Amino acid sequence: MSDIQTIHAHQFDAVEQQHEASWIGMWVFLATEVMFFGGMFMGYAVYRTAYPQAFASASNHLDIWLGAINTAVLICSSFTMALGVRSAQLSARKPLMIFLALTIALGAVFLGIKFTEYYFKYEEHLVPGSAFLFEETSLARQAEIFFSFYFAMTGMHAVHMIIGIGLLTALIVMASRGRFSAEYHTPVELVGLYWHFVDIVWIFLFPLLYLLGRHL
Amino acid sequence: MNSNHVLSVRLYAVIFLALVALTLTTTGVAFIDLGGGFNVTVALTIAVVKALLVILFFMHVRYSDRLTWVFVGAGFFWLAIMMALTFGDFLTRGSG
Repeated sequence: MSDIQTIHAHQFDAVEQQHEASWIGMWVFLATEVMFFGGMFMGYAVYRTAYPQAFASASNHLDIWLGAINTAVLICSSFTMALGVRSAQLSARKPLMIFLALTIALGAVFLGIKFTEYYFKYEEHLVPGSAFLFEETSLARQAEIFFSFYFAMTGMHAVHMIIGIGLLTALIVMASRGRFSAEYHTPVELVGLYWHFVDIVWIFLFPLLYLLGRHL
Repeated sequence: MNSNHVLSVRLYAVIFLALVALTLTTTGVAFIDLGGGFNVTVALTIAVVKALLVILFFMHVRYSDRLTWVFVGAGFFWLAIMMALTFGDFLTRGSG
């Protein structure tokens, strides 16, 4: 059974070439993800340049500490993910499953904090729409644009996290069936790349949304 | 990359601690007014350094072949083109 995974598909010359193709393919996908999030980052940057006062004022309504804690949680999850890939490289099945489970748990903590923040914003009438209220009424329309970006960008990021948790769950099932070894663990590696990429998106969202409003 | 290039737990731990330290730094600096838009420069520089640490070590790009570097670089290069052309427009409006 374990021999099956080390035999490459017929369109490849060797196992190494097959691995190389998967690795590069994942990076091509991540490059499209850079473009996907890049468009939103650029839209944010353009509007922040146009309405610096409103964006600063709106940004101060976000909880800087919840943002910082979530950044730390996500960095921890990237660390456990990296150790999970390392365990797979060493054919260490138990540690692999433990690190994958820890990564899922940390991802869930992140989402829990994120949705708590969403609830606070809902209570404070800061969700864009007819119920939107902003005390500095002259800046209200522009502040609403900030919160549109906030919900769109953190929302898309959260969707990526949820997909990541689904992929990690699948990896745990595969690992429990002994599908990975030092010779073959490409899925673990590629989901690792995805998870780290989602971490990087947050590394930029945190300063742009939470920190830059304090001082122009 | 060579999938059997195993990095030490120690190296991963050093990168992890560096990322936590940079997060604390960027959060702390946000409370200090550096003036002249310098807060933006510092916050984004720290974010770029953190992203590079993740890409080079957690994502193993430092130990990957040239082909991987081309694909990683291409994504960010095209992002740079989009940013440069857009701001070349927005920041120069009304001056001509």
